[in-house]
Amino acid sequence: MVKGIKDLLFDTVINILAFMLLAVVLFALIFVLSASLSDPHMVVTGKVVLLPKGFNLDAYSSLLKQADVWIGYKNSLFYTLIGTSINLFLTMMTAYPLSRKDFKGRTLVTVIFMITMYFSGGMISSFLLIKNIGIYNTLWALILPGSVSVYNIIICRTYMQSSIPFEIQESGKIDGCSNFGVFFRIVLPLSGPIIAVLTMFFALAHWNDYFNALLYISSRNKYPLQLFLAEILVRSQQTSIDAMMSEEELIAAQRQADKAELLKYALVVVASLPFMVVYPLLQKYFVKGIMIGAIKG
Amino acid sequence: MRLNLHTRKLQTQSLKREMVKNYQLYLMVLPSIVMIAIFQYVPMYGVQIAFKDFNARLGIWSSPWIGLTHIEKFIQSPYFFKLLWNTFIINVYSLAIGFPIPILVAVILNELEREVYKKFVQTVICIPHFISTVVMVGMIFLFTNESKGIINHFIAFLGGERIAFMAKQQWFRTIYVLSGVWQNMGWNSIIYIAALSGVDVQMHEAAIIDGAGRLKRIWHINLPTIKPTFVIMLLMSMGKMLSVGFEKIYLMQLPLNLEVSEVISTYTYKIAFEGGSFSYGAAIGLFLNVLNLILLVSFNRIARKMGDVSLW
Repeated sequence: MVKGIKDLLFDTVINILAFMLLAVVLFALIFVLSASLSDPHMVVTGKVVLLPKGFNLDAYSSLLKQADVWIGYKNSLFYTLIGTSINLFLTMMTAYPLSRKDFKGRTLVTVIFMITMYFSGGMISSFLLIKNIGIYNTLWALILPGSVSVYNIIICRTYMQSSIPFEIQESGKIDGCSNFGVFFRIVLPLSGPIIAVLTMFFALAHWNDYFNALLYISSRNKYPLQLFLAEILVRSQQTSIDAMMSEEELIAAQRQADKAELLKYALVVVASLPFMVVYPLLQKYFVKGIMIGAIKG
Repeated sequence: MRLNLHTRKLQTQSLKREMVKNYQLYLMVLPSIVMIAIFQYVPMYGVQIAFKDFNARLGIWSSPWIGLTHIEKFIQSPYFFKLLWNTFIINVYSLAIGFPIPILVAVILNELEREVYKKFVQTVICIPHFISTVVMVGMIFLFTNESKGIINHFIAFLGGERIAFMAKQQWFRTIYVLSGVWQNMGWNSIIYIAALSGVDVQMHEAAIIDGAGRLKRIWHINLPTIKPTFVIMLLMSMGKMLSVGFEKIYLMQLPLNLEVSEVISTYTYKIAFEGGSFSYGAAIGLFLNVLNLILLVSFNRIARKMGDVSLW
């Protein structure tokens, strides 16, 4: 009987801890969403806790008028699309030969790749390279430097080795397929899950990339979303309230500042929503992808 | 001797034949090798700028050599120890807090009995991982705002004094680390959850017969099972120890917290791109890179000695 009580206690503690984890994450996410849908004054005075108060879509409609944000959104979509395609193409093409035990020189190639995981030229000599080869302030500066992702190549290679039996490839060869043929007709069609995971990893990296754009992009009309977000969300901390204003002006300025604050909440939602919606659908592949990555190559 | 030469000849021939037969495989890796060569190895060669007096007109290759001058200048500069300390302490702090928590999360989730609930919690706590660094820092500013932020409203509600978190340098590291935990604990726990799912059920059954309670079984069965994963992950984060966090730290910097928030990577960026001293910046960057490499190699060696685990 004593054991039963002990188990019950243990279960209760575990459930409380799990609920706390859930609450800490969920609360912040719901709060941002609710705040973006509320009356600005309610938000900045702390009336909004979990559910929206004074429901309205003003923040979103004023977001629609922010030309910068939409230029950024459009640019980021474009960069993400092109960047992800190139990443995927190079990763699959490279992972396949490396997965073949009869590929002479694969150790050498792997070592050449792996060194770059532990040592790099650093931001300054990379920057000078980008300048020198003339792709500074172009789409290519955001896409080409990170186009080969060694870590993902290794994940993908391990997947091909462990999930696609070599016998199937052999039989393809007997039927007269070349190496290209085996890759395109047998290996690619069997790589669905890993392609799904990699697509999401790559797309996320491009969409969220701030550093490369900070270094390599100088014209505002080429800015990706993250650079505009940094301006609006982070670099605009000081609201200009002039001491010389009359009371009415002061109230108006205050209201303006509140609205600006609310716009930020809406911006957080708009910038993060795409991946948050897609992720739960792909979760099981992710777990798989991470597990494969954990197997030492 | 003769025979030896002969076999070697045969070997070279068969290698050649193999390479000709599989020429398509070489074609497939070629694009990536070219990309790696241009965008990784050329900058590595370009690191020599750290030992040169870089002049934009002359370019990297023709600028005059000046040896270790820049590195010496950095080591003797009044910022050196401050930067090194800031870089070191913020990373140690985030490792000390950020590393054990995902393991704890995994252990908790693993004990949940209802599968649906477990999946739900796991999915939800992974979501913040997808928020970009910029948005994350934006959220930090929104939440910690002295007069408008939810955290301060909560403090005021409890009767406490409002705190200007971002303007107070003593809060910088705490906010940096805790927001990191919030964002990544779920994601980083996935790997441990996966490892825990491989725990031998028979061991648990045997332990139950021997009268071991659940805490005891977690301690003696579950934790030893995930130990190899744990060591590899620790090794990987220690190797990257001094290099992480440029984006987030850079974005969280305000003039008021620079005293604690300036780390080597942000300083390098400012020296080069705001100050225009490319050579000096590159020297500082290289210093950090070498330090990182030394750390990684030493931790790898320790791990290999202690538990037969190694990154390579």
